[in-house]
Amino acid sequence: MEQQDIASIQEDIVGEFSMFDDWMQRYEYMIELGKSLPKIEDQYKTDDHLIKGCQSKVWVHAELQDGKLVFTADSDAIITKGIIGILIRAFSHQKPADIIAAKTDFIDEIGLKEHLSPTRANGLVSMIKQLKLYAVAYETQLES
Amino acid sequence: METTAFDVSKIRNDFPILSREVNGQPLLYLDNAATSQTPQQVIDAIVDYYSRYNANIHRGVHTLSQEATDAYEKARVKIQKHFNAAKPYEIIMTSGTTHGINLVAQGFTAFLAEGDDIWVSAMEHHSNIVPWQMLCERTGARLRVIPMDQKGELQLQPFLDGLSPKTKLVFCNHVSNALGTVNPIKAIIEVAHGVGAAVLIDGAQAAPHIAADLQALDVDFYTVSAHKLCGPTGVGALYGKEEWLEKLPPYQGGGEMIETVSFEKTTYAGLPHKFEAGTPNICGGIAFGAALDYLNGIGMEKIAAYEKELLEYATAALERIPGMQIYGQAREKTSVISFNLEGIHPYDVGTLLDKMGIAVRTGHHCAQPIMDFYGIPGTVRASFSFYNTFQEADRLAAGVEKARMMLS
Repeated sequence: MEQQDIASIQEDIVGEFSMFDDWMQRYEYMIELGKSLPKIEDQYKTDDHLIKGCQSKVWVHAELQDGKLVFTADSDAIITKGIIGILIRAFSHQKPADIIAAKTDFIDEIGLKEHLSPTRANGLVSMIKQLKLYAVAYETQLES
Repeated sequence: METTAFDVSKIRNDFPILSREVNGQPLLYLDNAATSQTPQQVIDAIVDYYSRYNANIHRGVHTLSQEATDAYEKARVKIQKHFNAAKPYEIIMTSGTTHGINLVAQGFTAFLAEGDDIWVSAMEHHSNIVPWQMLCERTGARLRVIPMDQKGELQLQPFLDGLSPKTKLVFCNHVSNALGTVNPIKAIIEVAHGVGAAVLIDGAQAAPHIAADLQALDVDFYTVSAHKLCGPTGVGALYGKEEWLEKLPPYQGGGEMIETVSFEKTTYAGLPHKFEAGTPNICGGIAFGAALDYLNGIGMEKIAAYEKELLEYATAALERIPGMQIYGQAREKTSVISFNLEGIHPYDVGTLLDKMGIAVRTGHHCAQPIMDFYGIPGTVRASFSFYNTFQEADRLAAGVEKARMMLS
């Protein structure tokens, strides 16, 4: 099966979230998504893989498979797992260059705007930055 | 159930912020240990200052400067009286508790030598640990810790055993910010004085609940922040005994703190100005005074009695929730409930409560050693003030239960 591009995955996510009437349903869905997060291997749950700026711990690992970046992650808080899970669903199995270029407006559209503040303790902005940094690092590696 | 002696609905009318909504729900503000809300009377004092007599103090001969100086110095006296200090100039106006602690820690550099002991309690805020660690690095003194037990009470025996003429300083909070424990500071001050050590008490968390009697405590230094006392942020007070304040060197150089200046020699101003370099937070100081007037208008004893009932009621309501673990169950505590739900991260609980319009604090509360002691990443902390109600305690318990259902 051909991998969808980032924009169409984001559209799917926005579509799923648009079915919910209130915040409780949205958060319940996020918690569900957190449970199906592609889990990081324990060997990568180290300080090197921790994202700074979160009240909960978030570990992210990236590796290149056939020119595409594959992300795995985990967190000790379940809502955070849901948030990183949504990001990974949008960005995993994509070319680094596409990840670098990808927009992140969909976060706003699924009602998580309040998490986007750079001063927010959960560090959604830090998570996006970290995924993009991985993409930049691997893109540089691919170019050389 | 409401107590008859305490008309909380009337009090709530004084706080404009309590009528706002958060996430479509009426705000339920339970982060009072981080900062308290501001009554209209204090807001009016701030508006009045900027509307009528905003001027720099202590220097001007003009009317506005004189009025501002009078109001600012009156505020100092209000603070002195509230905490029963012997003299107004023993009250140093600061930017807050942290500033007061750093002022003393910096000043003690000259009085310590290698091998001296400094004691801190195991339940200090980072702001009452880090300045002392820095002081130890500068002087070679040793930082020692008064341990705590599972209930969140200090264990004094190791401290009593460790006291010696080498003990120069002891630091402890009056009330723990993370657990609400009221510490036995009177006993600590007495035994520390027995070996000639000075004692600094961090009163930031105690001041909203207890008006400490500084002369009766015989404490050497006591420090508070206005913003936990219905006053504005960025202003506080450090009490120091006159003899100590005379001995301590100035903390910062600048205007206000000098008597005469030439390039050869500067002589310092007397107390309290020696420690008040630069233009202070004039409006903040005046508003601090207005906040104390407001609290005393209600009565600190009434406030404490009401908050105690509220604490007991809220604790019982939360304890009915399955998997509830409350940290800090000291015999004497203020209206702070630090808790976790079994198997659930405090951040998740706090996030869902916020969606319900309930403001609590989550995390380590700047007291990582306490979290390490319990082996947890943090807690959810609900801290009640006298303007909170029994209905709000029920609403918190219902919110926590809803969060538990969603997260388990």
